[in-house]
Amino acid sequence: MLASLAFWAFSGVAIVSALMVVIARNPVRSVLFLILAFFSAAGLFVLLGAEFLAMLLIVVYVGAVAVLFLFVVMMLDVDFTELKQGFLEYAPLGAIVALILAIELAMIGLTWRASEQAEALRAAVMPDGVSNVEALGMILYDDYIYFFQASGLVLLVAMIGAIVLTLRHKPHVKRQSVSAQVGRRREDAVELVDVKPGQGIGE
Amino acid sequence: MMEVGLGHYLAVAAILFTIGVFGIFVNRKNVIVILMSVELILLSVNVNLVAFSSFLGDLAGQVFALFVLTVAAAEAAVGLAILVVYFRNRGDISVEGVNLMKG
Repeated sequence: MLASLAFWAFSGVAIVSALMVVIARNPVRSVLFLILAFFSAAGLFVLLGAEFLAMLLIVVYVGAVAVLFLFVVMMLDVDFTELKQGFLEYAPLGAIVALILAIELAMIGLTWRASEQAEALRAAVMPDGVSNVEALGMILYDDYIYFFQASGLVLLVAMIGAIVLTLRHKPHVKRQSVSAQVGRRREDAVELVDVKPGQGIGE
Repeated sequence: MMEVGLGHYLAVAAILFTIGVFGIFVNRKNVIVILMSVELILLSVNVNLVAFSSFLGDLAGQVFALFVLTVAAAEAAVGLAILVVYFRNRGDISVEGVNLMKG
């Protein structure tokens, strides 16, 4: 009873906030509604018994991705009134495509049946008596270790790519050059002169 | 109150997916919202994977959702980096001029 009530609340909030992400005038509001949609989806994950993914959704999406979006939206000096031009022009086309897609998905959903052998073909059966995090950890680090490493590699490549794309060296800016500092010798900087009494250096 | 089954979760995921596709078509002037729509689509895929995983009792779906999450985070980082460079070069973020990027 309570679980189904929570399902309707979370799914309703998720759908409404997803719609607001798409149609909000101000991109900052879009990002905030995106955060709300992620929170409600995390609630749905908790209802489904996937606590680890729910926490991951909040930590990774709300904590990192949505904040990254917020940074970029606020950093770019964009004219907000211009952004929504063409909305009404493209809305009918988008609505038609979305409607066709929805009808197709509904047709798949209504005619779809689970296979008889589906129970027997499970790749990793959920063990009894352990928490979701523990069960996930047990298969993630042995059955799926290569995929885990590969996803780490994907993140590394994405990080290097983002840095390479956005890094730029402005000319005429004085920077610290560590190699020049370390490579400086005593002879380059200091000159010892033997000064005779009463004559000065005599430039 | 109806009993909530697999079909309900799949319906929510399908609606989220449709909203994401609609958002890509509608926001022609704003690449940031298009990236957010892509995130919504990936979120709906994750809801599908976790729903099937939960109702079938198979943990592999949740592992797969984890990897989808990883790739989505990487995609957002690279997409926003490209967006920042694009804004530096052009001064706006509309989709119309994106074909200028081809070499």
